[in-house]
Amino acid sequence: MGVTAFFPAIAEIFLAGVSIVLVLAAAFGGEDGKASGLMRKLAVASLIITGILVASYGNTPSLAFGHLFMTSPFMVYMKLLVLFGATIILLMSRGHVAADNINRPEFPLLILLSVLGMMVLISSNDLMVLYMGIELQSLPLYVIAAMRRDSVRSSEAGLKYFLLGALSSGLLLYGASLIYGFTGSTNYGEIASSLSQDVLNGGVSSGAVIGIVFLISGMAFKISAAPFHMWTPDVYEGSPTIVTAFFAVVPKLAAMSLFLRVTYGMLGSASDSWQQVVVAIAMASMIIGALGAIMQTDLKRLMAYSSIAHMGYALVGMASAQAEGISAVMIYMAIYIVSSIGIFALILTLSREGTAVTKINDLAGYSRTHPLYAACMLIFLFSMAGIPPLGGFFGKWFVFSAAVNAGLVPLAVFGVLSSVIGAFYYIRIIKVMYVDDVADALDQPDRRTNGMIILSMAVITALMVFVLSSLREGIMGTLPYIAFIAG
Amino acid sequence: MRVDLGANMETTWPVLTVLTFLPLIGVVFLLLIRGDEEVVVRNSRNVALWVSSFTFLISLLIFWHFDPTVSGYQFEDRGEWLSRDGIGYHMGVDGISMPFVVLSAFLTPLAILASWHSVKFRMREYMIAFLVLETLMIGTFCALDMVMFYLFFEAVLIPMFLIIGIWGGARRVYASFKFFLYTLFGSVLMLVAMLVMYGEAGTTNIPQLAAYAFDPSVQTWLFLAFFASFAVKVPMWPVHTWLPDAHVEAPTAGSMILAGILLKMGGYGFLRFSLPMFPDASLYFAPLVFTLSVIAVIYTSLVALAQSDMKKLIAYSSVAHMGFVTVGIFTMTEQGIAGAMFQMISHGLVSAALFFAVGVVYDRLHTREISAYGGVADAMPRYAVFFMFMMLASVGLPGTSGFVGEFLVLVGAWQASTWLAFFTATGLVLGATYMLWLYRRVVFGKAEKAEVIGLKPMNSREIFIFMPLTILVLYYGVFPTGLLDLMQPAILNVIDQVTGVATADASIGGAN
Repeated sequence: MGVTAFFPAIAEIFLAGVSIVLVLAAAFGGEDGKASGLMRKLAVASLIITGILVASYGNTPSLAFGHLFMTSPFMVYMKLLVLFGATIILLMSRGHVAADNINRPEFPLLILLSVLGMMVLISSNDLMVLYMGIELQSLPLYVIAAMRRDSVRSSEAGLKYFLLGALSSGLLLYGASLIYGFTGSTNYGEIASSLSQDVLNGGVSSGAVIGIVFLISGMAFKISAAPFHMWTPDVYEGSPTIVTAFFAVVPKLAAMSLFLRVTYGMLGSASDSWQQVVVAIAMASMIIGALGAIMQTDLKRLMAYSSIAHMGYALVGMASAQAEGISAVMIYMAIYIVSSIGIFALILTLSREGTAVTKINDLAGYSRTHPLYAACMLIFLFSMAGIPPLGGFFGKWFVFSAAVNAGLVPLAVFGVLSSVIGAFYYIRIIKVMYVDDVADALDQPDRRTNGMIILSMAVITALMVFVLSSLREGIMGTLPYIAFIAG
Repeated sequence: MRVDLGANMETTWPVLTVLTFLPLIGVVFLLLIRGDEEVVVRNSRNVALWVSSFTFLISLLIFWHFDPTVSGYQFEDRGEWLSRDGIGYHMGVDGISMPFVVLSAFLTPLAILASWHSVKFRMREYMIAFLVLETLMIGTFCALDMVMFYLFFEAVLIPMFLIIGIWGGARRVYASFKFFLYTLFGSVLMLVAMLVMYGEAGTTNIPQLAAYAFDPSVQTWLFLAFFASFAVKVPMWPVHTWLPDAHVEAPTAGSMILAGILLKMGGYGFLRFSLPMFPDASLYFAPLVFTLSVIAVIYTSLVALAQSDMKKLIAYSSVAHMGFVTVGIFTMTEQGIAGAMFQMISHGLVSAALFFAVGVVYDRLHTREISAYGGVADAMPRYAVFFMFMMLASVGLPGTSGFVGEFLVLVGAWQASTWLAFFTATGLVLGATYMLWLYRRVVFGKAEKAEVIGLKPMNSREIFIFMPLTILVLYYGVFPTGLLDLMQPAILNVIDQVTGVATADASIGGAN
């Protein structure tokens, strides 16, 4: 076995190496302010290099570390999205970490480590690696949620996130052990063949089914799908906004990728055992997300419910249990993160006399004081509400199309109706921005980076209709390897 | 298919695409305007007016080259888009959509002219909203791909929501939310139905779908889902309640477009989707549609009688008039459908003019209460003439376009059922009652209130807006054959598709 055997994991190996070096550098680095600026730049650079390594790994699915680790075009796509989201958020964090009093070199470092965990998670081909990835991803997140030590809310958010996260990891682990017990392996491929054998022989054993349900519950926690969503609003609200932005985008991608990989790859042949569960979770998420958001007055809390609903829509695509559903979820997530990054970049710019504000009513008359940003926000919100021709509509089109083709018409009807309820709270924000009078003008943001990010995300969302074709082609191009997803 | 411009001039010039997206070029110009407030306002108005007028000229050019003897689609224009999924960019017009395309392009410059002075703030954004709206309206009528249709149809919500919400009256927030959510509710059900059709037929191409024979049991559900969307849009009783609110709160130009074009999208949808694609279900549900329409005609006419707000009265009259349209469409006779089409075009002109007539006096007195007026004829004699003409056209006086449409609808209804014709015809009587009464209370009598006596006569801009509307209403009232001939092949096509049910084979219809 030569060095080439590690090539599929080259990007992860690189990122791990860089993270360790940076940890050491941070430990001996100077005072916090300067060091963290440098650290952020280094982290961004290493994420970009990691992205290049990921992208350069070609189109052939391959395994490493004795079937523990896998790379395929699907995973390359998801990893690139993760790296894209993390890079943008690190870029956004400039200035805000200082305002939020979390200006420490540890912040970019923890993000790097978490991203590493996500990449491992996405590439996992074994339940052990899955668990390792999940923990490596989550532990840094618990720390950054509670990073603002002087704030009670931030500590509360961190603690809540940690407790519920630990619970979900426990569920996941329990499910994994049951599956191991009933199939005799921790390898996705072997589990898949054992389960398909069971299906042929009259059905999956109930022990394995219980394991599957536990596994799915654990993953539903991670993507904050209902009924495992309770932590989301509190954590989103309590964490520093830049951390919330990270939570809303990056871990969701990794967890959704894992979700797809486990359900379609490992449990693909036993889809009868999980399809109903996913349908139920999707329905609960869509309706709870839509209803829960109506009464919110805080933008961050509202975004928490909105993300619950959106995970529900993505799960609609997954529930189809057909190859088409994978590409639908892949498109959905890409469009979702673009709008989410845009909205959070905008929330980060909101301040009045230097103090950050996050209430919806603070946006009153926003279109008069900040016409350009308000127009961008308008695009994001209509897109989130799924109004064509904006990006969000196409995401919904593909997931509902997958569901309808799989015969899940009632689920699709339920989904579109809850999206009407959801539209209410999005247009309520538009009303505040465009109809209400200016109460107390917000500051004019001076941070160029955020302005650029907001604008470019708005442009992508608005013009998605033009790139959709090629995005779809690209994603469908990865589908022939979907069968390979199982390893 | 090649676009045939003139006798022997053949070109692949995508005229419909140009027509549809031309207003967006105006939007780019509007965004580029720099300068102080006054310069921006002046230039925004001019850019919007010129661009929309130019769009209208192009639509006339297309109308001119439209061949009324051809039954299929003309000026077809295809492009690659999501081709892997069988979804494509496809535009084209036939005798049913052509009049609506021209009507949209015709009303937009008038609506922009109508808001010349009445819009007091955010002129640039206002004009952007109208130009975007124009693109979406024309696109809705030109789209020959179901997904494209949905994109345009649904995207209309965005500019209209903003127009009502930002530039509307006192209760604009309530009205805009109601408009948005009601319409969205209907459309998303249609979206699911579209997905089902797409899954079943494997294409989203409208001519191909029209030729595809859906299973009758599936048709029932598909019909109901599309019905949810179009019935809200038309609107039919009992889902019409968003309309009076939206109209009352919308600015004058918004009401003109809303009544003139947006309501027609529902009727157009019935003719483009429901009838050709779900013929069995259409036949099955026709009595239901008749019942709802007759209730709409009678009930909303009575409600209109009780209104004290001019705009609300005209809004309710729109519901009643659109009741005629749905009756006509579902008689599935040549006269009935032709009458419905004619009624839609005529109502597009007449209701736009009536809403503008309300806008004219509203700009002066800032009230829409009927009781605040009386004797307007003394101060504004020209206005009284135009208003009377439009009022009579709305009532359906012979010699106006309103008569032709209502008469043909009644002929069609008579063939379907005597009682249907009877009940529908009561709408005519009631319509005359509330319109004449409105006119008497506003225009006749002796002007006693000081404000009414002091009303300024109409200026040339206002007359200029009334003029073309009046001429067209009169022209089509006297010479309806031109328009009817233009629509006939496409209408016969639709009827073929419906009556070909018994022989249900996939070769029927306009597939090419």
